[in-house]
Amino acid sequence: MDWIQTFTLTVGVILDPLTAAYILCAIGLSVHFGFTGLLNFGQAAFAAVGAYGMAIGYLTLKLPLLVAMGFALLCVVLFALILGVPTLRLRADYLAIVTIAASEVFRYLMSTSAFKDVTGGSNGLSQFGYDFFDWNPIPDGKYAFGPFDWSADQFWLRIVSFGIVGISTLLVWLMMRSPWGRVLKGIREDEDAVRSLGKNVFSYKLQSLIIGGLFAGMGGIVFVLSMSNVQPQTWVTNFTFMVWTVLLLGGAASMLGPVAGGMVFFALWVFVNEILAGLVSMGWLPFLDPAQVGQVRFILIGLALMLLVIFRPQGMFGNKKELRFNG
Amino acid sequence: MAKDIVVGKIGPGCKKVDPILVADKVTRQFGGLTAVDVEHLEIPRGKITALIGPNGAGKTTLFNLLTGFDKPNTGTWQFEGKNLAGVPSYKVARRGMVRTFQLTKSLNAMTVIENMRLGAQKQVGENFFAGLAQIWSGQEARITAMADSLLSRFKLDAKRGDYAGSLSGGQRKLLEMARALMSEPKLIMLDEPMAGVNPALTQSLLEHIKGLKANGTTVLFVEHDMHMVRHISDWVIVMAEGKVVAEGEPSVVMKDQAVIDAYLGAHHDTDLGTMKKGK
Repeated sequence: MDWIQTFTLTVGVILDPLTAAYILCAIGLSVHFGFTGLLNFGQAAFAAVGAYGMAIGYLTLKLPLLVAMGFALLCVVLFALILGVPTLRLRADYLAIVTIAASEVFRYLMSTSAFKDVTGGSNGLSQFGYDFFDWNPIPDGKYAFGPFDWSADQFWLRIVSFGIVGISTLLVWLMMRSPWGRVLKGIREDEDAVRSLGKNVFSYKLQSLIIGGLFAGMGGIVFVLSMSNVQPQTWVTNFTFMVWTVLLLGGAASMLGPVAGGMVFFALWVFVNEILAGLVSMGWLPFLDPAQVGQVRFILIGLALMLLVIFRPQGMFGNKKELRFNG
Repeated sequence: MAKDIVVGKIGPGCKKVDPILVADKVTRQFGGLTAVDVEHLEIPRGKITALIGPNGAGKTTLFNLLTGFDKPNTGTWQFEGKNLAGVPSYKVARRGMVRTFQLTKSLNAMTVIENMRLGAQKQVGENFFAGLAQIWSGQEARITAMADSLLSRFKLDAKRGDYAGSLSGGQRKLLEMARALMSEPKLIMLDEPMAGVNPALTQSLLEHIKGLKANGTTVLFVEHDMHMVRHISDWVIVMAEGKVVAEGEPSVVMKDQAVIDAYLGAHHDTDLGTMKKGK
């Protein structure tokens, strides 16, 4: 087994732009679930709307990249309104069903051949977003810090994506320490009590859905910027469940939870893969063939999620008193 | 005494000198069951009114209807002369009619002081952009000062930083009532405020409710504790099977044969111990 490669890959993924994308989605989910108590199982759709919004704004509407990003966020707000207005009066568990269905509906809409000219159908959209690297102020060359070794473009991408993560975390902190955030937490605890105190619960839930959705939309944008393409199969329900795992690992109602959760989750994700692949190639796991390693990894993640919810529902950073699953 | 409350003859649905809340023909059916069927009801302003009646009489349902937490099949009602039928519950609260719940709704994963702060009305920081811009600290300080003084009056000041979920049932009742008072209501509607509160605390709570009246707040409460009803209420309304069956001053109503039959029972005034001896 190549320990140095295992170590480099494991540490490298911590500052990967895709990790940042998942972290942003988890920050959005912390607003939805951790602070407002909305059981959103369609976070993949919010990210997908951001991703497709930017790609379509750039390729079809011929908007400049930065304007296309603004267009994408506008699409996210619209999506949140369409999803939220009819469903936020429902009980929490119904909302979970509706959001998971809506996210699948959106994905199929993007992959159907009917809108192929705009969405690219099942092939998705590619060949865009290079302007982003034209803005790179960092001079060409190699940037190596310890185990990290990046080109100028890779370095630029990481600075921007984790910059957005930092700003988002700060924004959530500012929101949640304000009286506005207090109303959200009250709704998480008991909607009727908050209503009896003169707060328009529906409006706050809608605001929460939009704001959490915007963070996920930014996640989708970061995701496609780093790939320079967008494909419908990225936004499957697995994406949503990974975001949930990231959030619950870090702590659903904590500021640093999504950030730390995302970093630890993907480090483990890569580490387990490398170790399993190494053990298989050394013949220590005769019951596994190399192709099965990826599947075993998903089983382990599912198991970890279950153990987490049972034994440490508050995650790494959460306060146990502030978040329990059985109310 | 009854003269400064009632105009004309005393009876179910009688007219009041200065009603704060007037309800007409409020009905609510659950399937075939008529839970509430109130022909006419007036709540006197600035007084403490008790709503009593056997279990299933429709007291809590009436509370839910009047505060917008449930929708009636028919009926209209006015609060301070303005229509309130069909108004959503949060707007009812903003108009100054705030209620508590029979099953206490403390916000368990928030601290006691945060529970209290949430009760205050017209908070600038509850707007998203104002909240984000952090321009609410002055108001927050005023709200906190008010919350602290209420907490000490309700003997909850020692619990200030604790999570509401760690309080006892009785303490949660007190917290819910104190939180409702944060909104400085004109009419406070308490659904069984004494249930689960220990006797020592009951006494101070009674004094506090009297204090509310002295400050000009109207109180309407549902209660099964007849001692409390007799001790603090100015007026008693009796419900049975959804209807208002009697009204009057506490001393008079509790001697009313219909009320005794429907609710209190023949031995309501006797100690359980003496009853045994009598047999």
